[in-house]
Order: sequence, then structure tokens, then C-alpha cells
Amino acid sequence: MIHQNFDFSRSFRNPQLVQGVVAEIKKTISRPWTLMEICGGQTHAIMQYGLDQILPAEVELVHGPGCPVCVTPLDQIDRAHAIAQLPNVIFCSFGDMLRVPGSTTDLFMLRAQGAQVRIVYSPLDAVKIAQENPDKDVVFFAIGFETTVPVNAASVLQAKALGLKNYSILVSQVTVPPAMHAILGSPANRVQAFLAAGHVCAVMGFWQYHTIASQYKVPIVITGFEPLDLLQGILKTIQQLEGGKFIVENAYSRIVSEQGNITAQQMISQVFEPCDRNWRGIGLIPMSGLGLKSEFAQYNAENRFQVDHIQTQEPEICIAGEILQGLSKPHQCLAFGTLCTPDHPLGAPMVSSEGACAAYYRFGGLNAEELGK
Amino acid sequence: MAETNFPSVNGPICPIPLVHADTIVMGHGSGGKMTNDLIRLVFQKHFNNSYLAAGNDFALTQVPAGDGRLSISTDAHIVSPLFFPGGDIGKLAVCGTVNDMSMSGAKPLYLTASFILEEGLAIADLEKVVISMQTAADEAGVTIIAGDTKVVEKGKGDGIFISTSGVGWNTSEHNIAGNMAKPGDAVLISGTLGDHGIAILAARGDLGFETNIQSDVAPLNELISDILAETPEIHVFRDPTRGGLATTLNEIALQSSIGIIVHENHIPINDTVRSACEMLGFDPLYIANEGKLIVIAPAEYQQVILETMKRHKYGQNAAVIGEVVDKHPGRVIMRTYIGTTSILDVMSGEMLPRIC
Repeated sequence: MIHQNFDFSRSFRNPQLVQGVVAEIKKTISRPWTLMEICGGQTHAIMQYGLDQILPAEVELVHGPGCPVCVTPLDQIDRAHAIAQLPNVIFCSFGDMLRVPGSTTDLFMLRAQGAQVRIVYSPLDAVKIAQENPDKDVVFFAIGFETTVPVNAASVLQAKALGLKNYSILVSQVTVPPAMHAILGSPANRVQAFLAAGHVCAVMGFWQYHTIASQYKVPIVITGFEPLDLLQGILKTIQQLEGGKFIVENAYSRIVSEQGNITAQQMISQVFEPCDRNWRGIGLIPMSGLGLKSEFAQYNAENRFQVDHIQTQEPEICIAGEILQGLSKPHQCLAFGTLCTPDHPLGAPMVSSEGACAAYYRFGGLNAEELGK
Repeated sequence: MAETNFPSVNGPICPIPLVHADTIVMGHGSGGKMTNDLIRLVFQKHFNNSYLAAGNDFALTQVPAGDGRLSISTDAHIVSPLFFPGGDIGKLAVCGTVNDMSMSGAKPLYLTASFILEEGLAIADLEKVVISMQTAADEAGVTIIAGDTKVVEKGKGDGIFISTSGVGWNTSEHNIAGNMAKPGDAVLISGTLGDHGIAILAARGDLGFETNIQSDVAPLNELISDILAETPEIHVFRDPTRGGLATTLNEIALQSSIGIIVHENHIPINDTVRSACEMLGFDPLYIANEGKLIVIAPAEYQQVILETMKRHKYGQNAAVIGEVVDKHPGRVIMRTYIGTTSILDVMSGEMLPRIC
């Protein structure tokens, strides 16, 4: 179906097509609406391409909690640090997590102090490291949303098939629908529609979203991550809002189907089960996590290294929770840009390049005139 | 009696020490005979010049005749793996310092090289690196006139570390430096960005897929002298190595207290590099290059500079990518494909595992 010479990256950034969709949005909109893009990848693309600059002022985009690095709770990071410092451990992590500060240090610093911390691009690489180092305990920091969970599951299944006794994962996995419930159920909620995250839906499908749309009367449109994908999603959302509709629409059908990736879903449910989970900056969201099933307990690093007792409090001044729920803007925080900067983050959204505060910090230094608009 | 390899002499004899001709051992750094053998059989053999043949602790040389200034630069080189598509640590060590001293517009003349070798390194690998250095030095027209070797215990190095220093002779009347960019200048780049970094990642097996990307490591001094022959009035030459184009342009914007605007759709990027970056979440504008040149010069010269670069083998994909402005001093702004504006910030900390 896809033409062989179709250039995805350039076609979805075509300026004429972009202007066309923006014109359509302007024609459709009659009053202000507040939309939330759920995923950090969407936030990043909106900032990277400056989509907020070309949208009509009536469209307010608030940034959702969908950055896995941002929402990993502080105490889980402190547990990661405690494990990484053990002498016989090789601690494997996605690269972004190395910069995230716990209450006292980060993984870069621990590596400099002699801890064996390795950046991997996939948990399957960590399994390989476990195979190659039978005398070491290899631990993978399994963070992420539904997008990364299947591979985390695959790593456990592979370790089991290989009979590895020295592989375990420190789990901090979260799922999107409970977070949407938490945001919409909050009395302070301002979100009137969601741009749902395409990659999460590629795995999970969007069959779970219909009840959310009808229960809370909010349009949900699944989008991709290129400028045209996002703008098309915004247009569909505005059309629904203006027309008084609230259904789930798929604006990323080249990747996402209603049912999602069944094989990946089966792999998830084989290894993990829903559990309560703390989100950094938000707090506990019931049944929003995916923890190891009891039959895989031997792969649970929290049990193996007994780090359950580590409990940490978020800094009080940080309003990350409000920001991640779209209740406040980063610059409304007292610590923003002073006590809290990308080099010295107090809260999660300042940590990751996909975090809302970091994006505001980077892009907030120039006014429109300086930018030459 | 069992047969032995010992010579048939009568009476007790000492075992003959092994000749470590294949592998670097601590003795190669002792300063004794083994060090001398290594110098003679590997370094002098390939860096074959009268300065080294003299065997002194120094090299004596004349400053070129006429008015000029010395351009001096030094650079330490570490890379894993030592050999990668398009180059190796030896080529990198020569080109890195040749390029640094050329950025003032100087003609590079001499290099020195210090080697820190890790116990266990194959001498054949060292020799390959040394040959590669001489090949690069020949291309750049420089002579390696002094050197040193030390050996560290296994586990305390990464095969080979090379530190090179260089001296060049600058006869330009113009000050070509990072603080000389002026509003109204054009910003040019000599070719595609990110090739070196992605080639290194691929060589490490970190990409998880095969690519045909070659490192762009190359000496840029000839390209620079070609440009200067056509257009002496250059404001900045700079090679965007670690931190990539974005970080380097930010350095220039700060040094010169000017703003820079670049146009995303003019920036040349190899399609494979772009795909690899999109899959892995990297930005090619932050990835290291080892054979690319940024030129900043008055806009009236941009066409002649572009044509000169395109005629050279290291400038075939050259492009005018932006301009210097008097707004937003110290910051680099990008006009995106879709006509919006974004800030190109500096890279903070480590983006990738060690690259160069």
C-alpha cells in the first residue's frame, strides 16, 4: 500500500500540507479548548517543530505525564542507585536514566565512582551481558510505558529459557489508561480532550479508550509524532469538540489498530500483572503499574537485593504533580529557572529532554520578537 | 631423554627469555632495549624522517621565512573500537590536530605524537595505526618529528591512547577565529553531518543493524587553503567535532556575541544517518564529525566559497546553511522544515557512550 519511494520523514513535515491543516483548524475553532498530549514524545515533537507557534491562540496544549523517565518515582531511583553500588552487580539502563538524580546522586556519578553501570539499547542486551558474566548479578532498570514493557517481558522470558540465575529487573512500569482516569477524575481537571500516544496504542490498541471517552465525555484522538500527524490529530479533536462529539478516533492508522499487537500484549500478561504504582510528582495511581507475577519473583531485583525499605520524599517546593496533570505551567513554579534548572533539577519534568519544564526552560528564554516571528 | 628446545650444551643453563615481538608488555615502556626495538621496528620504520632518525629527545627546525605567526594545537585521542569504517585512531589523531591548527588559516607543518599503550595490545595493530598515521600525515603534508611511548597495565587503558601536538605557520593578514563572526555573514558547512558518530556506534554493534556509513575523518587543511586562495576574508573556520554542529555554532555565537539562524532544510544529512538517529532518538546536529568544516564569512563571498568547497573531495556536499544576525546574541535559532522556529541549544553532558 505504501509507495516504495515515499519519504516518510519529509512528507510528514511538508510545509504546504502543514499550513493547510493549520488553516483548517483556524476555520473550525470558535472558542478556546484545552487539549492534553499524553506522551513525552508528542511534547518533544511539538516543541522541536514549534507547532505551538502556528496554532491559533484558542488551542491550549497541556503536557501530559507520558514521559517514562519523568514519572519514575524518586524512591525507585534511589533503589536503583543502592543496587548499582553493590560490588558484584552490573547495572544496565537506558541512557536517559543515567542523568536522572535520586536524592543524593545519579548513575553517571556512581559509574565514575566505580560502579559497573552500562547503557543498553534493549533489555535483551542486558540478558546477553548476564550470559557473558555468569559470576555477576546483572540488573536491568525496567522503566517505561506499554511501549517498552513487551521487551522487558521478553528479556525475562529469555533469561528463563536460558536458565540464567543472575538476571533480574528493577521494575517501574506504568500504563496510560489509569493515568487518564486519574487526570479526568480530579476535581481540578481542565483537560477537555486527549491526543493519545501513537506508540502506546500500537502495542495496546485503543479498545480500552472507548469507555474513557464516553464516561468523561472527552474526545480522544490517537496521533503520531510528525508535525502533520500531530496537527491532523488536533484538527480531529477540535472538530469533535466544536461538534459536541466525544469518540475515539485513530489519526495514526498507518501504525495503530483497534486491537494493537496481540503477541506483545500476551507477552506482557504472561510476565506482568497490574499493581498500584507511585508516579513521580503525582503520587499513587491505583492499578497503574505492571509488576512481575509471583511465578517470576526470582527475576525481581527488589526482592533479590532487599531495597524495599528505601523510601524518599519529593522536594516540597516542586509542583511537578500539578504540571504533569496540566494544572499549572512550568513558569508558574517558584523554583523554575532559579532553584530548579536542567543542570540541577528538583522535579521530574525538568530532568528529561521530553519533560515539560525542561522544554520551557530551553524555549522560554527568547520572546517572539527575538525569534523573528 | 625427552627432547627439548634448549640448545645442546653441557651443564646447567638459564632459560632463554621470550622475545615479545607480537604483544605489548610492560617492558616496552621501560626505556630499555625493548623500547628501542619498538621505536626502531614500528615507529621509525613508518615515520621515516631525518628528525626521528637523529634519535634525539628533541627535533630542531627552522621557522619558515617571512612574516607569520605560529599556530599551535594539541589534542588527546581515545576511541573505541580502535578501527572503524573510514578510519582508525591513528588517522583520527593526525587529522584532529591538523584540523585544529588549520582553523586559524595556518598551514600545518609538524606534529608530535605520544602513545599510551595498554599491555596486551597486538603489535600488529599498533603498526597498522602507525602506518595509518603516516598516510594521513602524507596527505596533510605534515611531518611527525617527535614522539613518546608509555605502557600501562592491562585494564588501565583502552588499547591505544594517542596525544598529538602540532605546529603550523599562519601568514594570513586576517584574524580567523571563533570571536570574529559578524552580523551579515553567511554560515556554510562542507558536507553531511553526523557520519563519524554513527559510524562509531555501528562499529561497536550498538545500532543493532548494519549500515554502510563511513566515518568522515579527514585532514581539512587543503580544503581550507583552497578557500583562502579564493577568499582571504574569512571570519571563522571551525570543525564541528564533539557536540556536533549545534554545540559548535553555540560556541561561536557566544564567542562572537552574535546570533545565528540556520535553516533545517538546507542542512545536509545522509539518509542512513538520519534514519539511524530517528530510530535511536539522537539528533544528527549533536553528533560528532571529524572531517567537516564550518565557514563563516561575509555573505558576498558565500557563492565563491560554496563553489570552491564543492570542487574539493571533502566538500562535495557543501551547503550554505544559515546566517549571522545581530539579534539574540549567544543563541542559535533554527527555522524548521515547516516554517516555525526552534532553539538549537548546546548539548548538556554525555549524549552517547564515548565516541572520540
